[in-house]
Amino acid sequence: MHEVSAAPAAHHGPPTTFIRKHVFSTDHKVIGIQYYHLALVAVVVGMVLSWLMRIHLGWTNAAIPGLQALSANGAPGGVMTPEYYLQLMTMHATIMVFFVLTTAPFAAFGNYFLPIQTGAEDMPFPHFNMMSFWVTLTGFLVLVSAFFVSDGPPLAGWTSYAPLSAIGKAAGPGQGAGQVIWATALGIFCVGQLLGALNFISTVLDMRCKGMTLSRLPVSAWAWFITSCMGLTAFAVLMPACILLILDHVAGTSFFIPSGLVINDQLIPHSGGSTLLWQHLFWFFGHPEVYIAIVPGMGIVTHVLVTNMRRPMLSMKAILYSMWALAFLSYMVYGHHMFVSGMNPFSSLVFSFPTLMITIPSTIVVLIWIGSLYGSQLRINTASLFALGFISMFVSGGVSGFFLAQPSIDIMLHATYFVVGHFHMVMGVAAMFGIFSGTYFWFPKMYGRMMDETLGKIHFWLTFVGTYCIFMPFHYLGWAGNVRRYAAFTDDYLKPLIPLHQFISVAALFTGAVQLIFIYNFINSRFRGAPAPPNPWEGTSLEWIMPSPPPWNNFGGKDPVVYHDAEQYGVKTASGADYIMQNSPEQALPGGDGD
Amino acid sequence: MATTLPPPKAGELEQPERPGNGSTGNGGWQNLVPADGNLRTIEEYSPPPSSSAIWVGIAAICMSFAAFTSALIVRQGASNDWRHITLPSILFLSTMLLVASSVTLEVARRRVAAHMGGLTSQAVSSKLWLYMTLGLGLLFVAGQYMAWLQLRSEGLYLATNPNSSFFYVFTALHALHVMGGLAGLGRVIRKLGLGTLRRSTLDATSIYWHFMGALWIYLFLLLWMRI
Amino acid sequence: MGKFLAVTIIVIAIASAIPVVMHTWEPPADISTHGHLIDSQRDDTMIEAGVSFLAAQILLAIFIWQFAGSKREGKRKTFPGGAKGLVGAALVLVGAEVLALGAFGTKAWATVYFTPPKADAMPIQVQAGQFAFYFRYPGPDGKFGPIHPEMINEGTQNLFGLDPEHDVESRDDIVTAEMAIPVNKEIHLLMHAKDVSHSFYVPALRVHQDFVPGLDLSLHFTATQVGKYEIVCSQLCGLGHYNMRAYLEVMSQADFDDWQKKQAAAQ
Repeated sequence: MHEVSAAPAAHHGPPTTFIRKHVFSTDHKVIGIQYYHLALVAVVVGMVLSWLMRIHLGWTNAAIPGLQALSANGAPGGVMTPEYYLQLMTMHATIMVFFVLTTAPFAAFGNYFLPIQTGAEDMPFPHFNMMSFWVTLTGFLVLVSAFFVSDGPPLAGWTSYAPLSAIGKAAGPGQGAGQVIWATALGIFCVGQLLGALNFISTVLDMRCKGMTLSRLPVSAWAWFITSCMGLTAFAVLMPACILLILDHVAGTSFFIPSGLVINDQLIPHSGGSTLLWQHLFWFFGHPEVYIAIVPGMGIVTHVLVTNMRRPMLSMKAILYSMWALAFLSYMVYGHHMFVSGMNPFSSLVFSFPTLMITIPSTIVVLIWIGSLYGSQLRINTASLFALGFISMFVSGGVSGFFLAQPSIDIMLHATYFVVGHFHMVMGVAAMFGIFSGTYFWFPKMYGRMMDETLGKIHFWLTFVGTYCIFMPFHYLGWAGNVRRYAAFTDDYLKPLIPLHQFISVAALFTGAVQLIFIYNFINSRFRGAPAPPNPWEGTSLEWIMPSPPPWNNFGGKDPVVYHDAEQYGVKTASGADYIMQNSPEQALPGGDGD
Repeated sequence: MATTLPPPKAGELEQPERPGNGSTGNGGWQNLVPADGNLRTIEEYSPPPSSSAIWVGIAAICMSFAAFTSALIVRQGASNDWRHITLPSILFLSTMLLVASSVTLEVARRRVAAHMGGLTSQAVSSKLWLYMTLGLGLLFVAGQYMAWLQLRSEGLYLATNPNSSFFYVFTALHALHVMGGLAGLGRVIRKLGLGTLRRSTLDATSIYWHFMGALWIYLFLLLWMRI
Repeated sequence: MGKFLAVTIIVIAIASAIPVVMHTWEPPADISTHGHLIDSQRDDTMIEAGVSFLAAQILLAIFIWQFAGSKREGKRKTFPGGAKGLVGAALVLVGAEVLALGAFGTKAWATVYFTPPKADAMPIQVQAGQFAFYFRYPGPDGKFGPIHPEMINEGTQNLFGLDPEHDVESRDDIVTAEMAIPVNKEIHLLMHAKDVSHSFYVPALRVHQDFVPGLDLSLHFTATQVGKYEIVCSQLCGLGHYNMRAYLEVMSQADFDDWQKKQAAAQ
C-alpha cells in the first residue's frame, strides 16, 4: 500500500471539549443519553396534554387554570374548545408515538447498549449517529412549534386522514400551517430514524467482537436489530407520504384531494386525488410503527427477566423467531385499520387472517416467558417488577386484538374507545413498562449510580394499578359504542357513560402524578444515588464487564472476546457464582441447574 | 440454547490488537464462527462496515421509491384526470450522461485498486477519471434542471396535472440523491489526494453511484410508460 | 413482594372480567336483521379472549407466587413439556382458535358485505358534510337527480347541489335532515361525502361505514324495530366531529308514507 494510508477513521480519540463531550458528541453512549433525555422531555409534554384532555372529557365545562395563557383562542377563560381538544389530542399522540415510544426503547437504549452488547467500540458511522439525534431533536422542536402558530396545532389526529389533513385552512383550525408543520416534523423525524437504523443494522452485521456469533447476541440486541430493520422500511414509506401531503398543501397538487369537495359553499380547487392512498401509505408505515414501539420492549423485558430469573429462557430461539415473525407479519396486516374505510371488502378478509395469525407468535413469546418463570429463582426488584407488569399488560392489551382483527366485529368496535384501550395497553403502557424496566435495570450503568429501589417499587405499584384503572374501562366504553376523538359526549346513548369517563380521568390524573415520583427518583439518584458497581444485577452480557459508567471507548481500546451466549445463568462454577460472563473463558462445572 | 466452547490456550485469543486496515469490527456477518465452534479458524477481522451499510441504505431508498411508485399507480387509477406528458427530450441526453458517468467511475475504481495494489503510475489518471465522473454527474443534475425549464415553457407546472406532479417529485428527489452521491465522490477525491482513501469507501460510493443510475432508468421508464 | 404482585394480578384480572360478565356496559340493543351474526361472533370471541386472558394472568400470577425469591436446592424444575410443548400448544391451540374465529367471522362479514341489496330495496342517499348528515329520497320517479358540487349553497338550502331547472330527476327529490325508514324494509343507502371523510355509524343497527370523498359507496340493511335511534360520525372530520349526528326514525310503512308526503309538501 503506497501513499494510500489506512487511518482507522471510524476510531475517534477521546473528546476533549465540553461541546464534543456532551453536545455534539459522536459517542453512542452520549447520544443514547441525549435520546433518553429527549424522550423524558417529550413524555412530560405528552402526559400534561393527556391530563388536559382527561379533565376536559370528564368535566367538559371545567375551566383549567392557566390554560388560557397557553392559547387564548383554544381555551377562552380556561375552558377548552372542541377544536382545541382535538389539537391537543393530535399533539399528544404524535409526541408519544414518535418522540417517546420510538425514541426511548429503540433509539435511546439501543444507541447506548447495542454497540456495547455486540462488543463494539462505537457505531460504524458515529457522525451519522450524531446527526440522527440532532435531526430528531429538530423534528421535535418543529412539531412543538405548532403550538405557537396562530391557528395552533393540527386537529386531524396522529393518523391525519386526507382530505381533512390535505385541504388546508378551510378544513378547520390548525389545518393550514399547523398541519404543514406536523408533516414537516415527521419527515425530519424519518430522516433521523433512517440514519439511526442504518447504524444499528451495520453495527450488528459488522461490528460484533470476536466470538460474538449471531446466536450469542443478547436478546435485547436482537430486538433492536429487528426493530431497525422495521424502522428502515417503515420510515422510508412515511417520508414519501409526508412529502406528498406537504405538496398538496403548499404546491397545489392533488395527490390526496379528490374533485368536487365543497366547504362553506366553496368548491375546493383540487381534482382527482385518492383519499385512500394516504391511508394505505400511512398504515403501511403505521402498523410496523406499532411493533417498532413494542419489540424493543419485548427484548428489554426478556433481557431483564433472564437476568433476574437466574436461568435461561426455555427457548430463546422461540422468542427470537417470534419477534421476526411479528416484524414480518406487521407488513401484511396494515389493512385491518381500514376495514370500514371503503376498502374492497374482500381485502378486509385478506388482511384479517394474517392479523389473527399475529396472535400465534405473540402467544409463543408470552408462554415462553411464563413457562420460564416456572422453576426460576425470580429476584424481585423494580426492573423485574416492571418486566412482569409488562407481561400482564401485554396479555391484557393483546387479547382485545382478537376482536379488532375480525372485520365483522370491527363494524361495532371500529373507531371506538375499544381501539384506544387496545393500543394504549399494548404500545402505550406495555411499551412504557418496557422503558421503565430498562431504566431501572440500566440506570446504574448509564449514570454510574444506583436508583432508589424503595421509590422505584412505590412507583411500580401505583403505576401498575393506576394504568389498569385507566385503560381497562376504555374497553368497556368502546364495547358500549363510545366513539373516540369526541371532545364531549352529547349523544343520548353516550351520556350514561360519562361517570365512567370521570373515573378514568381521576385515575389518569393520579397515575400521571405518580410519574413525578419517577422523575424525582431519576434526578435525585443521578446526583445522589449510591455509586454503582460494574455488575449490580450479576448479568452476563458485555455491558456488565465495564465500569459504571463506561469509559469513552467502551472496552478501553481492547476488543473483548466472547465465549458464551448471554444466558449462562444457574450454572455451577469454580468461583461459586451462578453465572458466567460472556467474555469469560470459564466453563460451567457439571452439576449445575441445567444438567 | 447454551453454546459454549472449549477454552482456548492461554493468551491465544487474548484481546487482539487492532490491525491498521481501518476495520473496526472483527466478527462480521461474513465471518461467522463455524459450526464446530472453533474460534481459531475464523478470520481475524471482517470487512469494514461500509460494505454492508451501503446495501442497507440502498434498501431504504428502494423502499421510499416503491412507496412513490405505488402512489403513482393508485393515483393514476383513482381518477380520469391523468394526462400523459411527453418527457422533455433532454432527458435522453442526461440519461446517457449518467450511464457514461457510471462507466468512468468504474474505470476510476479499477485504477485506484491497481494503484492501491502498488502501481503508483495510476495515481494521476485515476483522479482524472474521478473528476470526469464528477463532471458528468453535475451535467446530469444540470440536465434535469433544463428538463424542468423545458416543461415550464410548455406550461406544465408541479400542480398542472398528476403526471407532471409525479415528474417533478421524482426528478427532484432523485437529483437530491444524486447530489448526495456527488458529495460522496468529492469526499473520495479529497481522501485520494490526502492518501487516506480506503477501498471500502470507494467501493461503497461507486455502488451507490451505479444504483443512482439504475434508479434513474427505472424512474425514467416509469414516467415514460403508460401503465 | 412477589406474592403480593401475584395477588394483585389476580384481583385485577377478575375485577376486569366482572363488568364483562355482568354486561354492565352494553351497546344499544340490535334492531337489524344481520346484527345477531355480529353479536354472536363478538360474544364467541369474548369467551375465547376472556379465557385466554384469565388463563394467562392466573398462570403468570401462580408462577410469580411460587418462584419469586425462591432459593432452589438441587436440580432445576422445568416447565412440563418444555419449550416444545409450549410452542406446540401455541401453534395448535391458538392457530385453531384464530382459524375458527376467522372462518366464522367471515360468514358474518360476507352476510353484510357480499350480498347485493334486493331489487326492491328502497334507495336513500346520505350526504355527510361538516358537521351534519343530510338525506335525500328519490321521490315518485325513483331517480336521484345529479349532484352539482359547485351549486351547493347552504344559504339557499340547496344542500345537495341540485339543479331542478335542468335536471328532471331532481324536481321531485326530497331532502331531509333526519332519516326516516319503514320497518322491515330493506334500505339501500348511497353514501356521498361533501367535504372530508366521515362515517355512518348506527350502533343499534350494527352498521358502520366510512364516507370516502371522491368515492361513492353503498350499504344495505333492514331495521326490525320501530323507534328513534342515533346516527353518529365516527371518522374525525373537524372541530364539530363530536356533535355530528342525525336521528334515524324507524316507522311503520303507513307512518312512513305519511311522513314522506309531509316532507314532499314542505320542499
